[in-house]
Amino acid sequence: MAIKYDEVVSTFDPVLGLEVHVELGTKSKMFCGCATVFGAEPNTQVCPVCLGLPGSLPVVNRKAIEYTIAIGLALNCSIAPYSRFARKNYFYPDMPKNFQTSQYDEPICKNGYLDIEVETEDGIKEFRVEIERVHMEEDTGKSLHVGGATGRIHGADYSLLDYNRAGIPLVEIVTKTIEGTGKYAPFVAKAYVKELRDILRSLGVSDVKMEQGSLRCDANVSLRPIGEKKLGTRSETKNVNSLRSVERAVRAEMIRHAGILQSGGKVKQETRHFHENTGETTAGRSKEQAEDYRYFQEPDLIPMAPAESWIDEIRKNLPERPSERRKRLQIAWAVPDKEMAAMVNADVLDLVAETVELGADPTKARGWWLGEIARIANEKEKWAGELPISPENVKELIDLISAGELTDKLARQVVEGVINGEGSPKEVVAKRGFKVVSDDSALMEAIERAITAQPDVADKVRNGHIPAAGALIGAVMKDTKGQADAAKVRSLLLKHLGQSE
Amino acid sequence: MIRKSAHEMSSALASGETTSLELTKKHFERIETVDGKVRAFLHLDKDGALESASKIDERRKKGEALPPLAGIPLALKDVLVQKGVPTTCGSKILEGWRPPYDATVVKNLKKNGVIILGKTNMDEFAMGSSTENSAFHPTHNPWDLTRIPGGSGGGSSAAISSFEAPLAIGTDTGGSIRQPAAVTGTVGVKPTYGGVSRYGLIAFSSSLDQAGPCARTVLDAALLHEAIAGHDEMDSTSINAPVPKVVEAAKRADVKGLRIGVIKELQGEGYQAGVLERFQESLDVLSALGAEIVEVSCPSFDYALAAYYLIAPSECSSNLARFDAMRYGLRVGEGSAEEVMNATREAGFGREVKRRIILGTYALSSGYYDAYYGSAQKVRTLIKNDFEKSFASADVLVSPTAPTTAFKIGEKSNDPLAMYLNDIATIPVNLAGICAISIPSGLAKEDSLPAGFQVMAPAMADDRLYNVGAALERELLAKWGKPLLDFAPELS
Amino acid sequence: MSDKPSISREEVANLARLARIDMSESELDHLSSELDVILSAVARVSEVAGDDIPPTSHPLPLLNVFREDVVKASLTAEEALSGAPAKEDGRFKVPQILGEEA
Repeated sequence: MAIKYDEVVSTFDPVLGLEVHVELGTKSKMFCGCATVFGAEPNTQVCPVCLGLPGSLPVVNRKAIEYTIAIGLALNCSIAPYSRFARKNYFYPDMPKNFQTSQYDEPICKNGYLDIEVETEDGIKEFRVEIERVHMEEDTGKSLHVGGATGRIHGADYSLLDYNRAGIPLVEIVTKTIEGTGKYAPFVAKAYVKELRDILRSLGVSDVKMEQGSLRCDANVSLRPIGEKKLGTRSETKNVNSLRSVERAVRAEMIRHAGILQSGGKVKQETRHFHENTGETTAGRSKEQAEDYRYFQEPDLIPMAPAESWIDEIRKNLPERPSERRKRLQIAWAVPDKEMAAMVNADVLDLVAETVELGADPTKARGWWLGEIARIANEKEKWAGELPISPENVKELIDLISAGELTDKLARQVVEGVINGEGSPKEVVAKRGFKVVSDDSALMEAIERAITAQPDVADKVRNGHIPAAGALIGAVMKDTKGQADAAKVRSLLLKHLGQSE
Repeated sequence: MIRKSAHEMSSALASGETTSLELTKKHFERIETVDGKVRAFLHLDKDGALESASKIDERRKKGEALPPLAGIPLALKDVLVQKGVPTTCGSKILEGWRPPYDATVVKNLKKNGVIILGKTNMDEFAMGSSTENSAFHPTHNPWDLTRIPGGSGGGSSAAISSFEAPLAIGTDTGGSIRQPAAVTGTVGVKPTYGGVSRYGLIAFSSSLDQAGPCARTVLDAALLHEAIAGHDEMDSTSINAPVPKVVEAAKRADVKGLRIGVIKELQGEGYQAGVLERFQESLDVLSALGAEIVEVSCPSFDYALAAYYLIAPSECSSNLARFDAMRYGLRVGEGSAEEVMNATREAGFGREVKRRIILGTYALSSGYYDAYYGSAQKVRTLIKNDFEKSFASADVLVSPTAPTTAFKIGEKSNDPLAMYLNDIATIPVNLAGICAISIPSGLAKEDSLPAGFQVMAPAMADDRLYNVGAALERELLAKWGKPLLDFAPELS
Repeated sequence: MSDKPSISREEVANLARLARIDMSESELDHLSSELDVILSAVARVSEVAGDDIPPTSHPLPLLNVFREDVVKASLTAEEALSGAPAKEDGRFKVPQILGEEA
């Protein structure tokens, strides 16, 4: 029986370490001129260099360095005046050279931090996550495991390798140990990755699509008894490819570790894989010995000493920080803190902003994204941005309501229709035949029918009991299949019964 | 015709005395006659070579101005990739592999119209000093077929020495161009590190490897040097500066007033008496021409061999990891990918290669890095410093190229350390990244076998090598009355 | 007589595993004694490798060699796969991989 989370955090103090890999959006690869387009036919974006053919040599992509420096500066790191590449030696079929050209003891960026906000029961709390290093390396090829049941590696008969991805520039961002998060650890982890993602997106250095693998997170978790200074044994969880999974994986590991420790056991230092469907982690193949990577400076590449003037220029061109942007938007849209936090939490801020940019009223835009759309997203266990409804759609919807062509109630059904793939709001309205009945005579007919059906309620209204009108209005709405403009019905009804609003 | 120098052949082509097609055919005939004994070649590209030769002849007929070496045949050490042509590196693990691209050196040769006859034999992955480590067969020294031609580029030097080609390309990591040149009585040059592109040069030790020219005369080597050298954007370690004017220097051949530094540590014990005698004689020749002979001391050179046999294996253990049966080359074995990798590398690599991979893996492993690889890199600094200091008091430094003449095939193949000692005079140059040349200094009295005179110059001062080399060559030629190779026994 | 560096047969077996090279028992024996000899000869580098001496990893004093972010022609899939011991569906076919994904 798994321990309850509350018990875990009342007994243990979690310590986290997060490693995030970002695929840079450069046009060509890290060390060669091959294209980096996602989804190309296998092995059509490879050359002697990224295939690791005998005799090939790497040459560093200047843009990749520029992007990495930008990332380092955005994360408040110091840029190393001198840094080198190193070889990380190990064998794996998706690595053509059987070593990865990476950085070891001389990373290009060091010692930064990222401030993030997490909603706690005592309000919004700020956490500073310290960043150990930001360094450059190259991505590996992709393997397809054939013959096994799940398409995963275990039980596969053989594998098929596509090296299009091999050599794409990768930036690794490593935090220092994250301590003092207590029960908010999973949220801190998620908020960190989210903020990082937003920064990377604003820098324009990557399309940061976790689902496509251009942003990957490995979460290191360890527990120690509250008050203890010594760090516990950590586990590293890989295959965490959504923000939600980051939070769930951290929580799952905290609970798992606690279960082991409570029963007097020892946590194994191992790599684990997170499973979306179960929300649990399983152990990777255990290694008998720790891998010795035998790092040494890459002799085929020349050391880097980026000029101060170059770094200054990159710094000058850094865009507005997401946190600054949020503050600016909050003021511009006049949004209260709680609603602002809700938008950020549901990760719909950018969607709302896009909708506003198209001309929609901020409050209305927010209302739809945070309201009906977020509700449906939750139901489907997805993120609002993944649903097939766009800021253009929402703008169109808002316009239709303003023009009186849709009631709020009908609009909600339209949203459902758009998400179900029935087309744009206008198309859904046409398909489903929604029409707001605001034609007075048609409404009067429905009102007469309602009065005839409930004469005593009508009398109550005539006698000044206004609230009773609700029953009649409800009947009219039912009669018109919700297509009546409720406000209009109310005013017509009351007038008819000799009352005013 | 085949006994001419490349420079002379070039004149013959220009004057119309012969055609490239004729020249190429003659060389293939020579190869057919003697290579059964010398075994310098691993692969001959008859069709490709004859086609290229015809094309050059056509262009010349049209009156096109051609580069100096256009139409001249050349032998290519099998460590450089040539598109569509088998490239093995002397190893079973690459047997049958045809690269889908050309090395920059090969591109440059083709641009200059040079005719590539075929790929020459070498110690497997350039590891060795005798070409006995070739997975296929040894190469035999044309001077005495029971002896080694040097290594790792024994095939290239033997091809030159036996007149199978007037020009060859070799690669030099610890002496693999210079030592074979010395023991075969030919000229071999290791250019400044970064002077010639390494793109397409199958890596052994990345911070030491360098491709260079092999020829029978200093001028020929200079012509070839200019054809292959230069900055390459595909090689990050390539120097972005003009190629030193080596042809001009070879023609100048004037050592008056030059300061020549004799390195104390590179002679004496371990050096064959006859080799030292020829070395001293060459010094006297240069002195008579007006050069000033000084003595310099480079004490760190005593550690050079040790540093080399840590750095090179370490880099190679990493460079050779890519040979894993997954994407190209040999694949043997059953079972998992790991099992196939293990079996393939066991079957595909020879003993010396395995030895160095294990040694290198050890030297880089955590716990041993500082004592071995890390320390070796510091020795490298000391060697650089010693050279710098010495070049302050001398324009060039000299030594015998190798401590002995060619030994018998099989004589040292069971004693790795004894084999490694062949490189004792050549290794410091690679560690420092500077340039050096080996010129024939004559025959050793004990065995009438060739010995080499090594000249070393600072990085980017390759022209000094050719200047001194050409001067010495001219005087020795006058002394001998005929080229040294004319003293060699007839092969056919 | 200072500590002679030596390498045990077990260490050689470990190294062979790290380097992915199968080795028979006799090969391991042979190699460890050969390496013993070689190591004795090369270990002397630590004698002169003082703390105050900087290591040299690159012979040339070059810095900042970069290329622009421009796409160049790649190999065709056919060229890329031309040397493959086995292929399927335009991909390199390799035997079952036991190790876990990176």
